[in-house]
Amino acid sequence: MATNVILPSLGFDMTEGTLSRWLKKEGDRVEKGEAIAEIETEKATVEIAAAVSGVLAGIIVTAGQTVPTGTVIGTIVDAGGKPREAEAPPAATVSSPGGAQAPPSAAQGSTPGPAEPAATQGVRKSETAPVEDRIKASPVARRMARDAGIDLASIQGSGPDGRVMERDVRAAIDSKPTGPAHPEGTAPQPGTPARLSKMRQAIARRMAESKATAPHFYMTVDVNMDEAMRVREQMNRFASDTAKISINDMIVSATARTLAKFPTMNASYRDGNLVEHSQINIGIAVALEDGLISPVLRDADRKSLKTIAEESKALSERARAGRLRSEDLGSGTFTISNLGMFEVNEFIAIINPPEAAILAVGAVIPRPVAVDGEVRVAFQMKATLSVDHRVADGAQAGRFLREVRRRLENPVALLAD
Amino acid sequence: MSEKSYRDAVRDALREELIRDERVLILGEEVGVWGGTYAVTRSLYDEFGGKRIIDTPIAEAAIIGAAVGAAMGGLRPVAELMTINFSLEAMDQIVNNAAKIHFMFGGQMKVPLVIRTPAGWGQLAATHSQSFEAWFAHLPGLIVAMPGTPYDAKGMLKTAIRSDNPVMFIEHARLYGVKGDVPDGEYTVPLGVPDIKRAGGDITIVTYSRMLHVALAAAEELSRDGIECEIVDLRTLRPLNMSKVYDSVVKTHRALVLEEDWTTCGMGAEIAARIGRDRFDFLDAPVERLGQIEVPVPYARNLEALMFPDEKLVVQRVREMLS
Repeated sequence: MATNVILPSLGFDMTEGTLSRWLKKEGDRVEKGEAIAEIETEKATVEIAAAVSGVLAGIIVTAGQTVPTGTVIGTIVDAGGKPREAEAPPAATVSSPGGAQAPPSAAQGSTPGPAEPAATQGVRKSETAPVEDRIKASPVARRMARDAGIDLASIQGSGPDGRVMERDVRAAIDSKPTGPAHPEGTAPQPGTPARLSKMRQAIARRMAESKATAPHFYMTVDVNMDEAMRVREQMNRFASDTAKISINDMIVSATARTLAKFPTMNASYRDGNLVEHSQINIGIAVALEDGLISPVLRDADRKSLKTIAEESKALSERARAGRLRSEDLGSGTFTISNLGMFEVNEFIAIINPPEAAILAVGAVIPRPVAVDGEVRVAFQMKATLSVDHRVADGAQAGRFLREVRRRLENPVALLAD
Repeated sequence: MSEKSYRDAVRDALREELIRDERVLILGEEVGVWGGTYAVTRSLYDEFGGKRIIDTPIAEAAIIGAAVGAAMGGLRPVAELMTINFSLEAMDQIVNNAAKIHFMFGGQMKVPLVIRTPAGWGQLAATHSQSFEAWFAHLPGLIVAMPGTPYDAKGMLKTAIRSDNPVMFIEHARLYGVKGDVPDGEYTVPLGVPDIKRAGGDITIVTYSRMLHVALAAAEELSRDGIECEIVDLRTLRPLNMSKVYDSVVKTHRALVLEEDWTTCGMGAEIAARIGRDRFDFLDAPVERLGQIEVPVPYARNLEALMFPDEKLVVQRVREMLS
């Protein structure tokens, strides 16, 4: 029996992906859960795991090809099973008992030989296997850039698949500053534009899209974190390193549990409709060298604080190592961004579309506060919620944020499963 | 200078060479009394008689075999194969005798033979619509000429007849009626020298024979949008002189090979390989090929019309290459 390997969707708005490389060859044995291929999304390179154990039989989509999500990219057969033709149409599991029916084809009439196009396509596939990490540039562009002392990587390619063409290098040469200094009173010379990484481009596009389409409103609460700090310290006193709980884990847990009571906040606005999500998947913003990424902690409302801590740690480690898996990305329903480690008091975040809201968390700082008519020093934290006004109004969001705060101020409840 | 058809230009070359050199003779099916299936040799029989304009049996191997022998013996035969499709019947004589005798016998004998034959199509169906130029261009020992204009046809045929080497001189059934300027006096055009038929800086179109005219029409159309094609007419396919193609590619950084034959293992494959090897650093895009669809030529007129690249397709491909 053959099992299809599908290009997964890693988010509500992901419609296609690029297969960056196969980690297994045709004929290789694969174990269930083993990474067999890498796909490149806008934000990260993600591994695809084998859904079943068997032998990778048919590679249908080759490295470098961009295909819609849901496309069959290969097949896994039982060990010893019959490998399928790589050229076979994806859904061709026709089980007609009397033998396979030949598809109607005009070419197979009186023409003696097989139709040519199939062979041509076969050749084309192998020809397009890209060399990894190589900047695509035409030979003349390479030569011109070399002669002009321009780094090809600094040039944005306008050709097929972003190939740097002669015209691009020429434009780069033309825009290169030649004079020693610009005359006084004129605008400063623009620097050589550096091509943004795919991730930076995705961040640029998505954030602009969010601000342009989702009307944001914001609200901030002060959370007294005295209890949370105490509980955390007690728990960690006896925990191993991997099981140690962070303040952020408690925020994730408190937020997820609150979202379970406020389905509107765990929703998306789409073409005049409100789509409430059945799962509560918390995206945790992780800063990277060149950008940020929000791997997703799934079903966070149903997980213990300890599980959240472990998974969150593993997620951010994988994110920083660039080894996120397909299930780590996409399908987030709410994002938490914490800049406390940078001693930021408070900040306002942009909603990660198509989510309805994002919680921006600042540092936990001892501050004087009024408690029962007296000034006392307490651990305080500011949390700012950005909300898509198409999805929720101030009162709803206010109730939601108040409950998040209460849960954080009564953290023992987070320990109950 | 006067305007002449391709057919008349070829006939003029034959006639002038028949007058100039009494060793020149013509042999082939229906070339004498009838004047040739495509009327190229019309009236030559009346002027030069049956000893120099020889009607042969319908036996292509015998025509080329006799011509090879005559050439070895000191004559300068011009053998006509009614169409290039019938060269298949004479393949052994062409490949193993005409092309190899000079080599195999240490240069003791020459084969100053011209084989004139038209490629082409026009509801002639699968077996009679072929080009085959790549088959002959594959072969060391043969010169393969494929002129596209009356001027080149006349000048190159005269050179071919005067050459001491066997020349496959491929005309085109659909070019015989095409007219062009031809000088009134004596002139020759060398073999093995391509010609720039249109200058331009945006893309190089490498072509020959009838496709030259398709390329010229496409270039005219593209020029209205400011796209300037440089058209290199190869004229001779073997020996393949790439110098003008190279100069052009260095200028334009892009090349499209336009051929009427099937592209697989065709002239375009050879030209693309040579450009890729010798002018790699000047390319801005892969060398593209455009040719006949890879199926036997159908008889039905509507299907046949879809077989060959036309002006529209060339325009489209050039635009794609420049986008």
